[in-house]
Amino acid sequence: MRRFQTITSPHVLLETSVGQVMRRVLYAMLPGVAALVWFFGWGVLVNLAIATAVALVAEATMLAARGKPLAAHLGDCSAVVTAWLLAVALPPLAPWWLTTIGVLSAIVVAKHLYGGLGYNPFNPAMVGYVVLLISFPREMSTWLIPHGVGQTQALTLAETLRAIFLGAPVVDALTGATPLDVLRTKMGLGLSVAEIRNSPVFGLVSGHGWEWAVLGFLAGGLWLIYTRAADWRIPTGMLGGLALISTVLYLINPQKYAPPWFHLWSGAAIFGAFFIATDPVTASATPRGRLIYGAGIGVLVYIIRAFGGYPDGVAFSVLLMNIAAPTIDLYTPPRVFGARRG
Amino acid sequence: MSRLFPFHGGLKTVRHKTESNALPIEPGPLPRRLVVPLRQHMGNVAKPSVQPGDRVLKGQMIGQADGYISAAVHAPSSGVVAAVEPRPVPHPSGLADLCVIIETDGEDRWIEREPVDYRRLHPSDLRNALRNAGVVGLGGAVFPSAVKLNPGGHCERVDTLILNGAECEPWITCDDRIMRERAAEIVAGLAVMAHLLEPLKVLIGIEDDKPEAIAAMTAACAGTGYTVRAVPTRYPSGSVKQLIFLLTGREIPEQGLPLDIGVQCFNVATAHAVHRAIAHGEPVLSRIVTVTGHVQRPRNIDVLLGTRFADLIAQCGGYRDGVERLIMGGPMMGFALHNDDVPVTKATNCILAASAEQLTPEQPVMPCIRCGACVDVCPANLLPQQLYWFARAREFDKARDHALFGCIECGCCSYVCPSHIPLVQYYRYAKNEIWAREQEKEKAELARQRHQARQERLEREKQEREAKLRQKAPPRAAAETGTETTGGAG
Repeated sequence: MRRFQTITSPHVLLETSVGQVMRRVLYAMLPGVAALVWFFGWGVLVNLAIATAVALVAEATMLAARGKPLAAHLGDCSAVVTAWLLAVALPPLAPWWLTTIGVLSAIVVAKHLYGGLGYNPFNPAMVGYVVLLISFPREMSTWLIPHGVGQTQALTLAETLRAIFLGAPVVDALTGATPLDVLRTKMGLGLSVAEIRNSPVFGLVSGHGWEWAVLGFLAGGLWLIYTRAADWRIPTGMLGGLALISTVLYLINPQKYAPPWFHLWSGAAIFGAFFIATDPVTASATPRGRLIYGAGIGVLVYIIRAFGGYPDGVAFSVLLMNIAAPTIDLYTPPRVFGARRG
Repeated sequence: MSRLFPFHGGLKTVRHKTESNALPIEPGPLPRRLVVPLRQHMGNVAKPSVQPGDRVLKGQMIGQADGYISAAVHAPSSGVVAAVEPRPVPHPSGLADLCVIIETDGEDRWIEREPVDYRRLHPSDLRNALRNAGVVGLGGAVFPSAVKLNPGGHCERVDTLILNGAECEPWITCDDRIMRERAAEIVAGLAVMAHLLEPLKVLIGIEDDKPEAIAAMTAACAGTGYTVRAVPTRYPSGSVKQLIFLLTGREIPEQGLPLDIGVQCFNVATAHAVHRAIAHGEPVLSRIVTVTGHVQRPRNIDVLLGTRFADLIAQCGGYRDGVERLIMGGPMMGFALHNDDVPVTKATNCILAASAEQLTPEQPVMPCIRCGACVDVCPANLLPQQLYWFARAREFDKARDHALFGCIECGCCSYVCPSHIPLVQYYRYAKNEIWAREQEKEKAELARQRHQARQERLEREKQEREAKLRQKAPPRAAAETGTETTGGAG
């Protein structure tokens, strides 16, 4: 008689893991990150490096404090994803402490104090971002002018490091507002959308330079959908919602409201749709719910951009819809096989 | 007519059919000793009708069907009953169950067989014949076929009879081989079923990765009006609910039966067994078992029930080096056995001796990240991750509200889970807890009713006594003495 190990079925599994899903998100960000580096210089990479290092240390410390196995959880790469999502959203010359505070808020507070991977109700990266946006508005709105606008020379790596770590002042000519900032400020001065768009900050569709990063993130995002690391319903819902409401208002008054393609291609819309809103832990979990959840974010983004106090609204919109996700799930269960129709 | 209705979810899994489907079915050994379990079917365990020391002939009944949902058990070969006692049976628990142990005499001498013409038999006699022949579903569910062939109790008429030759589980090829080699007998058995159910339509569903079986069955069906339909190779197309939906577009209600939607469904091997029982008078004594995986010569064997797994492995040349798990059934829904010293039963469609490379090693379980991969593959269209949270939190009522019992335990959700959560195990746990609670509730309700009945009886007796006493006009307060002793029987 020969004895064997007993384990419950199924005995074969797909080769997949949380780490694989998370690593795919990182790979998918690379084209967009490359474009950001091209237009905004070394600062983007330095931010990514600081954020990654802080995230890994914070994650390891919290895991150890909570008595969780380090190797399995660090290997899932979820902390690195959070760090990258946040770092990409920060100004390229953000001081090191800004990045650090943001990442700590994300990993320690938003993730681990709520129970760690899989249990956090709010998107950690967006919690970190919002903490920074509310606490340090000046630092958060000081963006570099993209490469190719004006007669500026790009900063060297040494200059970048001095700016980030030592707070060395950067020439004023190098810094400027983001396209959405410009739109919002000049709109306040009573200019029409068409007039504003003549500003050199703007390129073919949206912000000069920015639009190439958007293209990169769109490519990466579509690949995520293709590999099923992200659910197509969330970006579809979000971009659909944003497109719908911006089209309606644009048709009502094209002088006052920017066209839908500008909205879709500006700020964090594409990046948010494919990389932030798709965080499954904090999103709605039902198929129909994910469309609704995405659409809610899209509509909120527009409302904040057009009528709110901030130039962009992806972070706030995502957090608001995070709260709504459980309720959405409750009302959108799929029709179970064999259940009565209607 | 020829439209198919693809079901939601499902998987393209590994196949591993070619390892075992090339060779013809081979007869199994005649072991010295057969250990025949009396519970080889759903429903009540058969009542032993032999005693130690009895001589039995091949095909002689050794266990009687007990009650409506039950089936008879027979001696697979001639010999002497050595014992009637609990023995380990192939079950995930590894527990023992009542078995008849037969020391075979090597003569394999048949009892007198009585073939019948099914067209001349009354339907209820025909069903009785099947019940006494021990015919049960040989796809693995082992539900007594006679019960399923009796549409009488149900108001719905069976308009569609479906024969399941999908065989969607990886590795298993016993249905493939039986369809290739015994198509005519399968169709003859199908005719008996059709005779009893009088359906308008008879469909045979076979996954399209079995072209030889499809060809053989199509040829055998010529002139019968039965239709062979190739269905896409997609797990779990062989699940009753999914196959019926694929072929008819009709959905069995969450906790309902095929009969509820006017359909009845049998496995191809069951149809073969029906034919042998009726046209040859042979009860179910053997079945085709796929022995595959990491054995020297994988193949399909026509095995006498009660043969040890170890003997079949030996017939296939023994284990190769590095077998880790011994699985009865397929890798998706089959269960791992503790050892190979257990007998083949009517439910044993496959013995998979799997090496580490053929399986997925146990992996660390990570938290659920709600990615929804399970939702996309669930053929019951459930929210597996939600059910998992409810089962974990022991919120069984909520699990039930989210259609836990619609789960067919196909394992698709576990298969795709990036966190390697054993989801199916959580659902089984939740189902068992709910069943246990219902039983508790029933018991409590029964106890309450008994208590109430006893109270009422005592009250009635007391009043009757008082009435009698009043009639006799007794001296005051004389008969107030002990009367409570009769209450114990409650």
